[in-house]
Amino acid sequence: MDILATYGETLVIFAAFVGFLMAWGIGANDVANAMGTSVGSKALTIKQAIIIAMIFEFAGAYLAGGEVTSTIRKGIIDATFYVEQPELLVFGMTAALLAAGTWLIIASYYGWPVSTTHSIVGAIVGFSAVGVGMDSVTWSKVLGIVGSWVVTPLISGIIAYLIFMSSQKLIFNTRDPIKNAKRYVPIYMFLAGFMLALVTIIKGLKHVGLHFSIGEAFLLAILAGIVVAVIGKIFVNRVKIDPQADKAMHFANVEKIFAVLMIVTACAMAFAHGSNDVANAIGPLAAVVSIVGHDGEIVAKSELAWWILPLGGVGIILGLAIFGKRVMATIGTGITHLTPSRGFAAELAAASTVVIASGTGLPISTTQTLVGAVLGVGMARGIAALNLGVIRNIVISWVVTLPIGAGLSIIFFYMLKAIFS
Amino acid sequence: MPANSIFGVFAKSPIKPIQMHIDKVAACSELLVSFFQASAKPDWVEAEKIRKEISNLEKQADELKRELRLTLPRGLFMPIDRSDLIELVNRQDKIANTAKDIAGRLYGRKLQIPNEIYADFITYVQRCVDAVQQACKAINELDELLETGFKGREVDIVTLMIEELESIEDDTDSLQIRLRRDFLAVEQHYNPVDVMFIYQILEWVGQLADHSELIGTQLELILARS
Repeated sequence: MDILATYGETLVIFAAFVGFLMAWGIGANDVANAMGTSVGSKALTIKQAIIIAMIFEFAGAYLAGGEVTSTIRKGIIDATFYVEQPELLVFGMTAALLAAGTWLIIASYYGWPVSTTHSIVGAIVGFSAVGVGMDSVTWSKVLGIVGSWVVTPLISGIIAYLIFMSSQKLIFNTRDPIKNAKRYVPIYMFLAGFMLALVTIIKGLKHVGLHFSIGEAFLLAILAGIVVAVIGKIFVNRVKIDPQADKAMHFANVEKIFAVLMIVTACAMAFAHGSNDVANAIGPLAAVVSIVGHDGEIVAKSELAWWILPLGGVGIILGLAIFGKRVMATIGTGITHLTPSRGFAAELAAASTVVIASGTGLPISTTQTLVGAVLGVGMARGIAALNLGVIRNIVISWVVTLPIGAGLSIIFFYMLKAIFS
Repeated sequence: MPANSIFGVFAKSPIKPIQMHIDKVAACSELLVSFFQASAKPDWVEAEKIRKEISNLEKQADELKRELRLTLPRGLFMPIDRSDLIELVNRQDKIANTAKDIAGRLYGRKLQIPNEIYADFITYVQRCVDAVQQACKAINELDELLETGFKGREVDIVTLMIEELESIEDDTDSLQIRLRRDFLAVEQHYNPVDVMFIYQILEWVGQLADHSELIGTQLELILARS
């Protein structure tokens, strides 16, 4: 108890600093994965992608990031084990942040596609299981989270497959693909707007102080979807159909219409990413702030301090603004055969899956969900060539990240303990 | 700081290189018509120039084939089977090789197509080149096929193209039969060794169409697996 009284402020500032760095790292690296599909298919320029990402990452983090933050903060470990020694939880959460941040930096340096979600969850489980005791981890919850890492790419793959097949049926395999693209693309926009609005209204607006019933939420979400679709329709109608372009590729003009749709799904993707991944940086910070703020008392039902979500959001957009450009530039050259009609299916599927996971408080990996979606489109024979070797590496780095995150966090935990007590 | 990115997942598409390859192959075989015309004059300086160009294009096609094979490592997940693609390129490549061999053989012996059959012969060459171009047209639909997930209307379009290709090949067969028959009637007036080679040239020119048809069959096979 004394430790917190003496060092409380220092610990909060330190945790806030590390959490901010972590958010910064997520912005610099991870966002590129979420936005790269749009940049790669030339639907957006790098500059546009960064502006969209800044706005929607922040909105996602602020409006829909609360549930996952709360899972990271208090869902994975059983707080009753820390009532006697709350400082351990403070050290542990800070250690977890340090561990995940360190691993993110190392992995980025070597270009390994690791998941921030996996490292933070591994880190939290690590310090709690080893530093305090196996029973202090809510294993049922952890199993649920790990299970969701297998299930979500699968689900997003299936959704992507279905979305892609529907676009083939409704648009590409018809007599007049351009006319049908103009007709059906706004419907996909509606879907994107509806999903995002629904999760935001149900889960996000509570802490802004607005409350709606489920029925009202659905109505509002439908309204939001319609607004998105109408605005989209206006832009779709403004697409210049160039008959010359169709001589080389019959679908060049259809792809132009899909490029408009991709702007919408890119927003959705950024929003979804913000809503899920901001928690990786600020979940542990929130725990630290809450404990120190209540003088060491671990309050079961505490509100998130007002400045925490914005801190994470700002961290992400700063990382994005400073390093995101470089990271995205390397992507644009990498993709050769990803047309907007494929990119949109992958993005819409991944964004929907991630946003739903955010709504239920599951910390999942945006990157893997997107990979699942891309594979789904591939299964529908929509992508010229996918590198299975890279997918294998992603799975390996996913498995490796958990023990490494845990190991690092245990080391940092004992270091912090030694320094402060 | 390299990108912590998933975009290594997207491998280089083999479709563009395959299309570039067949474009080269078609350009290469197309030159045969003017090559035969030059050799009939006989303008062997011009013929040599064209032969060099044919051989040059064949080399470029070889280069593209090699590049394409490099973009097709194992472990790629593609809408078209890897072995099907490799077979497709092999068949395409045979056309360029044949064109090079024809020009080389004719020029090497300064062989001239007999006047009695010359007009029909040029028609025959032109028709065989038509077959190559039809195959080229079908291969150039591959990116559209990818856009439509290898289903539906686009498959019908390509199937029609392949049917057309087959009927061109039938044409070349009957043209070849007629040429052999007409030449048989006059062959005793020519040097027997030359005669032997002229029959060989007739056969090789026919192979341009045969290989083109095989490209069509391979494409049909690819579509049938969808």
